Amino acid sequence: MEVLQEGKGELVGWHDPDEAREWALKNKSRELKDKTMSVKEAVSKFVHDGDFMAVGGFGHIRVSMAILYEIIRQKKRNLILAGKTAVHDVDILVASRCVNKAEVAYCFGHELRGLSPASRRIVQSGECKVIAETSNAGYQWRWLAAMMGLPFIPSRNLLGTDTGRYSSCKVVKDPFSGKPINLIPAGYPDVAFIHVHRCDIYGNAQIDGSLIEDFELSRCARRLIITTEEIVNDDVIRREPWKTNIPFFLADAVVEVPYGSHPCEMPGVYWFDEENIAEWLRLSRTPEGVEEFLQKYVFGVDNFEDYLEVCGGVKKLNYLKRREFYHEPMKAVSYK
Amino acid sequence: MTAETRYNLRELLACNGARILEDKKSVFVGTGLPMVASMLAQKTLAPNLFIVFEAGSMGPYMRELPISVGDSRTWYKGVAASSMHDVMSLSQAGYVDYGFLGAAQMDMHGNINTTMIGDDWYNPKVRLPGSGGANDVASFSDRTIYIIANQSKRAFVNKVDFVTSPGYLDGPGGRERAGLAKGSGPYRVITQLGVYGFDEQTKRLKLISLHPGVTLDEVKDNSSFEIIIPDQVGTSYVPTDEDLRILRQEIDPSGMVLGK
Repeated sequence: MEVLQEGKGELVGWHDPDEAREWALKNKSRELKDKTMSVKEAVSKFVHDGDFMAVGGFGHIRVSMAILYEIIRQKKRNLILAGKTAVHDVDILVASRCVNKAEVAYCFGHELRGLSPASRRIVQSGECKVIAETSNAGYQWRWLAAMMGLPFIPSRNLLGTDTGRYSSCKVVKDPFSGKPINLIPAGYPDVAFIHVHRCDIYGNAQIDGSLIEDFELSRCARRLIITTEEIVNDDVIRREPWKTNIPFFLADAVVEVPYGSHPCEMPGVYWFDEENIAEWLRLSRTPEGVEEFLQKYVFGVDNFEDYLEVCGGVKKLNYLKRREFYHEPMKAVSYK
Repeated sequence: MTAETRYNLRELLACNGARILEDKKSVFVGTGLPMVASMLAQKTLAPNLFIVFEAGSMGPYMRELPISVGDSRTWYKGVAASSMHDVMSLSQAGYVDYGFLGAAQMDMHGNINTTMIGDDWYNPKVRLPGSGGANDVASFSDRTIYIIANQSKRAFVNKVDFVTSPGYLDGPGGRERAGLAKGSGPYRVITQLGVYGFDEQTKRLKLISLHPGVTLDEVKDNSSFEIIIPDQVGTSYVPTDEDLRILRQEIDPSGMVLGK
């Protein structure tokens, strides 16, 4: 195949398909075993300095926040972040100096809520490097190629643009149509975190609502930490197996963390904590503010239960639950 | 009340956006004003507008304005809450008539920059969020609509600092030469001054209508490139009282997107 263009972006998380197969054959157990553990244990066991990591969910939705706070607490360093639809997750990890490289589909912004003061400050100073550009579908299909055990997948996005030129993709002449076609390299995160609605002790997990990228992400990550709103009996899974989005052999750790997506939304359970997100956006305008926030919500608490208390406890959580079900009106919040 | 105080700029943009969308067609919607405009279209002229969101929602009739294209509001009364792979694949395969996005910097061929300001990707002066799903929407939708709320010489530029999402690239045939879907491309651009389309032959930005009270000079003065001005320039749609009632009472009562 004739290569028409080679992206200038750094290729991270790619493995030769035979190497990837061998790794899975050797390292991913098919044994049905209890994988429950604490947040602390899951992070110290499966997150290593320098890992290429990906977070499930989308923007401020269904994010494994408990794991991210623990990564900050354990002072992991030099992580390479899959900036897929990365919003609060990337902002807080970059601000905490845990991440020094990012492949970017969307980073350094909070969508409608505004840009990210902290992570933009750090990326513009050069302390955290953008190593490649891509798009949301571009990332999605890195996972797809990897879960299929393929070296790449062809696509018709990124073509003709600087996003493509600074990606890790290659453009070739399609041997069938004769037209230029983009090839997206497979992407295998060293570790991924996905927050789900319910899961058994083995890692069979159900997600309510849009799966976003998590069907593919769960299947391509080398190590997968599942955090769950609740652990359910295996019978619940086996009674309706068509509801399983992630089968157990993909999971390496199962951590029960009710409200584990806070301050992000958990669809059908609780709404965004806009006050908490706004507090972060206000404080993170200065490095001192970042320290203040981290001290209050991360280093100043021992575990996620204590964190939730600091965030407003039962009263706040009940409000967020009512808000999710439209029982409370939308309030305009100032993020400035 | 005078026309100038009866509605604000964002309401005008939303109403003009809604008028472009057609009933019984599909639209891939981005955050903010495109969402408001699509909801308004469903509640007025396009009750069977099929809305899709990149995180996986299809065919909703939203009860409340979503904050993000992935939150649970996006699948209220929807027909599916699927996945990004599903939505993106269907778009690539030709099931999306309209893409609808916000943007900040554009050139005369509708190429969009949301990645960085500066001339060196390795050391940007200002780092912006990047493509998100925009490159995908601009690549896969049959017709892409943009809202650029602040048209100025810095927004309408001769050359964007970074082509994040494809317009017509270097002009006629540019998309096809690059391998993008045949016949697809940017379709309408709505700014605070008017509504624009693209000239068939040159694929350059062309004025369609001016908003009430806006002059041709204002349009020209707020662009670094030459905008094609046809002999006949219309007047943009003016929001009706009913439009404004729907926007303020049903779609965005908190003023999150439209302001107060």
